[in-house]
Amino acid sequence: MSESAVPIILRPFDLLGGWTISIVASLGRFGAFLAAALAAMVTPPLKFWAFLDRINFIGFRSLLIIVLTGAFTGMVLGLQIFLTLSRFGSEAFLGPAVALSLIRELGPVLAALMVTGRAGSALTAELGIMRITEQIDALEVMALSPMRYLVAPSIFAGIIAFPLMTAMFDVIGIFGGYLVGVELLGLSPGTYFGEMQTFVDLADIGLGFWKSVSFGVIVTWVCAYKGFHVGHGAEGVARATTQAVVLSSVLILVWDYFIGSIW
Amino acid sequence: MIKVVGLTKRFGSQPVLRGIDLEIPTGSITVIIGRSGGGKSVFLKHLIGLLQPDAGRVLVDGQEVTRLSGDALDAIRRRYGVVFQGGALFDSLRCADNVAFPLREKVRLPRAEIAKRVESALAQVGLEGVGQKYPAEVSGGMRKRVAIARALVTEPEIVFFDEPTTGLDPVLVNTIHHLILDLHRRHRFTAVMVSHEIPEIFEIADRVAMLHEGRIVEVGPPAQLQASQNRVVQKFIRGEPEGT
Repeated sequence: MSESAVPIILRPFDLLGGWTISIVASLGRFGAFLAAALAAMVTPPLKFWAFLDRINFIGFRSLLIIVLTGAFTGMVLGLQIFLTLSRFGSEAFLGPAVALSLIRELGPVLAALMVTGRAGSALTAELGIMRITEQIDALEVMALSPMRYLVAPSIFAGIIAFPLMTAMFDVIGIFGGYLVGVELLGLSPGTYFGEMQTFVDLADIGLGFWKSVSFGVIVTWVCAYKGFHVGHGAEGVARATTQAVVLSSVLILVWDYFIGSIW
Repeated sequence: MIKVVGLTKRFGSQPVLRGIDLEIPTGSITVIIGRSGGGKSVFLKHLIGLLQPDAGRVLVDGQEVTRLSGDALDAIRRRYGVVFQGGALFDSLRCADNVAFPLREKVRLPRAEIAKRVESALAQVGLEGVGQKYPAEVSGGMRKRVAIARALVTEPEIVFFDEPTTGLDPVLVNTIHHLILDLHRRHRFTAVMVSHEIPEIFEIADRVAMLHEGRIVEVGPPAQLQASQNRVVQKFIRGEPEGT
């Protein structure tokens, strides 16, 4: 039915219906994209070298930013928590407070946000440029699946690299807290690590691990999808890259709350 | 033979193809001409199976490409070679790896055999010694030739050329056209080319089809189009501006 055929009183419902259909259709495409990528990930032939390349792209090349942000996050936590705890005479709990904040919450979230900014945006831009320069079409007409060659290795690499990046972030952060709490503010090293051992258990590490795995899927899925369905020209790539980073970041925070509240 | 029946496509409210009927004989060079933005590349993408029509059919040796998907479509595509407008070379791979890519991934030959075929394909397009360079390190004309080598290295039965000479100088345009003609004589593939290189294209085409406002307005041997009384065809061939 054309728009003009809808009586004016029903126009808002028509618009709402059209908007709803468009949202549902795009969610469907989004889900189907992940399903196709997961199917390509678990069926042969597996593209091992492409996977290694993506591990390098997403993981190894994000190391510097993870080390820097992890160190300073731990140092800030060490300083602020020490100052807060010292008001109650509870400085001894600095170690577990820093470790639990990092392992349960800040490590997975901040590492994921950092990797999104560095590798997620680059993944969208790379796939977007491949799309507008017809490189993805070239794969398709060679009867080769772009999902298998481009998307599945990225998502698989995200699943492997994000927990590793998070673990790195946590460890560096804990030593950042140590540097401030022990070396600068005079807490004893035994207290810092001893209390940490008492209060941090495997469930906390499990929560951080599963968060980072799910963030790995979310970031690579969103960024690959946006790159794959890019608009026209440089402007289209720029818009897709921005959307990918914003959407990934929002989904990380939403999913973080969701998984944290049910764990 | 490729047979196109009533092919129709619109993007939103904009009709691009309005019922195209065309037959492309096996072993011929058929060139689709027409103004920029007239739907030539969209038409080619339907032949390749990259776009689905709103109505109509594309048949390759009696098999309907427009209804195929998955493995069945891939089986047809294995018979294709495609030279994209910008070359569509993988910029992370060296030129030789670009040419080797379909062999490595589709044909599964021994390494030595692949290297031999790649060397031969690059030599055929006059690019010996360029294989170790990345696409960004070679000129536009060279990139087009690498793309032609990549499209032909699997010895396809049907080769699609989407404006293979766009953006090249007249000397390179002629070089690429004669290269295509020479390769066609050697390999006898069916060539479908989209171009607006007038009159150069008449030297290599067996058949020329003029696409205008989503319809084929004339099709036949080059001489027929050159002598056509159709005003749209004549204006396009003479390069007359709109409204004259």
